[in-house]
Amino acid sequence: MQVATKDQRLMEGSTTKPTLSFRGVNLTFSDGTDALRDINLDISQNEFVSIVGPSGCGKSTLLRVASGLEDASSGALETDHDHLGYVFQDATLLPWRTVSGNVGLLAELRKLPKPEREKKVADALELVGLDKFANYHPRRLSGGMRMRVSLARALTMDPQVFLFDEPFGALDEITRERLNDELTQLFVTRQFAALFVTHSIFEAVYLSTRVVVMSPRPGRIIAEFKIPFAYPRQPEIRFTPQFAEIAGNISEALRKELD
Amino acid sequence: MTIIETVNSPISTSQSSPKRTNALKRINNIVPPLILFGVIIAIWEILSASLSGARKFLLPTPQSVLMQGILSPDAYTEILPSFVRTAALALAGLMVAIILGMIVAALMYRFKWLERASFPYLVALQAVPVLAIAPLMAVVFGYSFTAKGIIVVLIAFFPIPANFLLGLRSVDKGLIDLFRLNKASWWTRFFKLALPNALPQLLTGFRISAGLAVIGAIVGEEFFQAGVPGLGMRLLQYLDQVEYHRLYGALILSSLLGISFYTFFTRLSHRLLRNWHESVQA
Ligand SMILES: Nc1ncnc2c1ncn2[C@@H]1O[C@H](COP(=O)(O)OP(=O)(O)OP(=O)(O)O)[C@@H](O)[C@H]1O
Ligand SMILES: [Mg+2]
Repeated sequence: MQVATKDQRLMEGSTTKPTLSFRGVNLTFSDGTDALRDINLDISQNEFVSIVGPSGCGKSTLLRVASGLEDASSGALETDHDHLGYVFQDATLLPWRTVSGNVGLLAELRKLPKPEREKKVADALELVGLDKFANYHPRRLSGGMRMRVSLARALTMDPQVFLFDEPFGALDEITRERLNDELTQLFVTRQFAALFVTHSIFEAVYLSTRVVVMSPRPGRIIAEFKIPFAYPRQPEIRFTPQFAEIAGNISEALRKELD
Repeated sequence: MTIIETVNSPISTSQSSPKRTNALKRINNIVPPLILFGVIIAIWEILSASLSGARKFLLPTPQSVLMQGILSPDAYTEILPSFVRTAALALAGLMVAIILGMIVAALMYRFKWLERASFPYLVALQAVPVLAIAPLMAVVFGYSFTAKGIIVVLIAFFPIPANFLLGLRSVDKGLIDLFRLNKASWWTRFFKLALPNALPQLLTGFRISAGLAVIGAIVGEEFFQAGVPGLGMRLLQYLDQVEYHRLYGALILSSLLGISFYTFFTRLSHRLLRNWHESVQA
């Protein structure tokens, strides 16, 4: 178990320029809801950061600020919005479009020429293993497959920054673990900076290079844990004592905040 | 591209077996109404046979309605042109209602203040007994196709903007975020998101309005009782002339008109939505 101190973070920040960076971000909604308070967080290329925190603490809001959907009330955010992947809790597919039509949507909205679009779609579908289902409509797919379509759609952006808002929360355990493995493989090959919100501490530890714990609203960052396991990660690490210890520490940090 | 092409074949082969179940389904859809049709004809037959001599004219037998009221040369040379005339009237009115209604809903979707300003009037229009303004129409437009058409439009209008607007507004919030995130313009959002999203509700509006348009056309004609005769005028005329065979013939044709409008829009809806909407079984 290691808790990254503020100094350690600063040191890392000086070696590689962060791809996504929050500097003293505060957010108060127009109705007075105080959602985020003094968020400082740097994520570099090749870092996978998960956020855990109690329900309603502002995790989704943090991602919305990162994506530019929501503006911070104060503080600064730096990132590359043209290479941003965002996967929501629901697959958010257009039900009237086929799988390939859905995967090609973002390139279409960004007016890429058709041949380039088609290549992106074919590549992304192959990457998530859905090339055989290109002509299916979402209705005919399982929940896991729909999430893969959503993932493929985000991949067409060639994301440098990849935001995930509890993407696998609605899936069964087996599908979830399989998608976790596929996601770490993607992370190894694509080397993006990831910010991943989840309710599952185990998922957070398994996927991440770093886990961030947030307080109840207004959301602040109250602890950070470095995860030492090497990539690509083997499913067995979930059953090692070291894994259990880290998960236990994160759980304790969360609990302490709730009392 | 090659990937997509190789995928095509397994899908098309997998569709050949559902074809057989489709045929079965179709039989399932056709047989029960046919049986009911037989039952209704039988009841009709019994009822008309049970009427005493003096009252027999009130309900002629099914065959005599068919032979004398519709298929005899005298009858069909008169009733078929009327049928076509009423069908054209209902169709023209429906088309105008659809086009106007869609434009109105799209404007309300774009400009919220317009919805607030005009929706009360749309609702009020619902409440106005449209036939009450028919005499005014007659004064302004004469006993013309236009005058009757306006009645049809007024009667069939409301479901189009009401349903379309509901569909436009019921887009999933996550999808709106997705489009916003990718800098989609209002037009892009309208055509690629709101419009297809509203298609099921819009088609429901079409179906309701189609039925209303047929009713509006016939009732409008009954009211005017002048100009080129459609089914509505024939109905009253046959009633006056105690031509009950023809009266029932005209009634049957009126129902046929309503049924064919309804069927057309149901089919259209099924065809457009079958791949993705819950209302259509896979
Ligand atoms: N547009 C908004 N206006 C006002 N308050 C909002 C708005 N969006 C979110 N909130 C509030 O801000 C807080 C944080 O919401 P957020 O969705 O970020 O929480 P979360 O951590 O993602 O919760 P969960 O784990 O349940 O998904 C909540 O109390 C929520 O009610
Ligand atoms: Mg959330």
